[in-house]
Amino acid sequence: MSGVSTTGAAKSSAARTGAAASVVLLIAFLAAWQWGPGLLGIPSFIVPPLSAVAQEAVRMWHISGLAYHTGITAAEVLAGFAIGSLLGAFIGYLLGMSPVAEMALSPYILALQIAPKVAFAPLFIMWMGFTVYPKILVAILIVFFPVMVNVLTAVRTIDPDLVNLARAFKATRAQIFWKIEFPASLPPLFAGLRIGSTLAVVGVVVGELVGGNLGLGYLLSFGEGQANTPMVFVAIVMLTLVGSLAYLLVILIERRVLHYLPKRAHTGF
Amino acid sequence: MSVIRLEYRHVSMHFAQGHEKSLTAVQDVSIAVADGEVVSLIGPSGCGKSTLLNIGSGLTAPSEGEAFVDGERVQGPNAHVAFMLQKDLLLPWRTIAENVAFGVEIQGIAAPERRRRAQALLENLNLAEFAGHYPHQLSGGMRQRVALARTLAVDPTVLLLDEPFSAVDAQTRMVLQRELAQTLKRAGKTALLITHDLQEAVTLSDRVLVMSRRPGRIIDEIAIDIPDRDDPLKRRQHPTVNAIVQHLMERLDIGAPDHAAGASV
Repeated sequence: MSGVSTTGAAKSSAARTGAAASVVLLIAFLAAWQWGPGLLGIPSFIVPPLSAVAQEAVRMWHISGLAYHTGITAAEVLAGFAIGSLLGAFIGYLLGMSPVAEMALSPYILALQIAPKVAFAPLFIMWMGFTVYPKILVAILIVFFPVMVNVLTAVRTIDPDLVNLARAFKATRAQIFWKIEFPASLPPLFAGLRIGSTLAVVGVVVGELVGGNLGLGYLLSFGEGQANTPMVFVAIVMLTLVGSLAYLLVILIERRVLHYLPKRAHTGF
Repeated sequence: MSVIRLEYRHVSMHFAQGHEKSLTAVQDVSIAVADGEVVSLIGPSGCGKSTLLNIGSGLTAPSEGEAFVDGERVQGPNAHVAFMLQKDLLLPWRTIAENVAFGVEIQGIAAPERRRRAQALLENLNLAEFAGHYPHQLSGGMRQRVALARTLAVDPTVLLLDEPFSAVDAQTRMVLQRELAQTLKRAGKTALLITHDLQEAVTLSDRVLVMSRRPGRIIDEIAIDIPDRDDPLKRRQHPTVNAIVQHLMERLDIGAPDHAAGASV
């Protein structure tokens, strides 16, 4: 009846229609995957139907240690993401608060940002062998930049009047950081973390593809060597799942931390 | 007889502008504001009004001259002064009550006392029911009232107000002006109000100072001898208000560079 409840109802009905359409799309996609290749005459070693991929997943679960390798990859993603974002945030705050440090370091940081991070993977493997560490290191490197750049920009663009307000109340440098700069930088920090969470998977997979016998990247290249197309598909699906979980984790934490933002800013992924 | 709470003594401010050039924002300004007095400062844009506010609050040091608050020379931010700007500067991650308590929290006052003060101020300004809300849930006028509460929470003797109501709509502005006037009267605060709104200057203050174009100097001072300083809506009706506003308009025109020599006599 009132304006508010009408828009509320309209919004929730829009959300319901959107969710329903999403489910319909998923069913259509899975159906196309199952019967599309056969109808179009695509051989199953190019695009295996959904059922073949599902069968392969069951086989890999029992024989190839799918759960084990997925666990390894997930752990590498988590470690690389956590360390990379902590480091990125730390350096971002440091550079944001010290113009001298930024002047001194910015050319090198820029060069490192332009360098394709995944190209470091063979180097790290040469240094650290076929362990999980080079994979984590690639993930750290690739997660570092979006987080650092977002934090640095956020600290730089804080309204100077906000800082002056705190200063007028005789705030110390530490108080200005913890009460103004840090909370003000959280929304851009989380935007950086969202990007970082998806990039961490890229870093880890490249590391696993380059060398070693661990993780979904290894299963991916093993499947390729065997010309086992369904196995490659299973690895891709699992990687997407790991990436989605990392992304979801960031979103859940973000919703808790940034609860004060208007609701609209959160809807959609 | 009464104590001087805020004083500028021969204050000048120059800003460096590249090689060997400097821009003089304020030149030889002397202002004295007595206890409980409300003084408005008007003048063209860029005449250095806000520079004076920054000097008074201790955020910038003047190039020449000195500022005093409560008889003490201003050498940096101090607890006697608090300022309020056109922007409300509310922190979006704090509730309204936490925003009001921001200043006292920095000053290290214990949590129960902070809550008590915030609650009392919010009640005074009819905002008690919004204590737990976040800034984005409030209208512009309400947010500006919260900013006023935050300014008062540190219990300053002097308030420096820089166009505090210029961003709110006309009706809300009148309500806020009355609330400010009543609050200043009730608490016996001293205030320096920077404004572009001539009517606001006349209806809210005991005295109006007129500044010239850059370099800003005080070119006129008008005492407002109208009763009811705590009720600008009533003051507005007073027949002399329009005459004073008219006079101020003329003074601001006379302040143009061509006439500056005549005005400074």
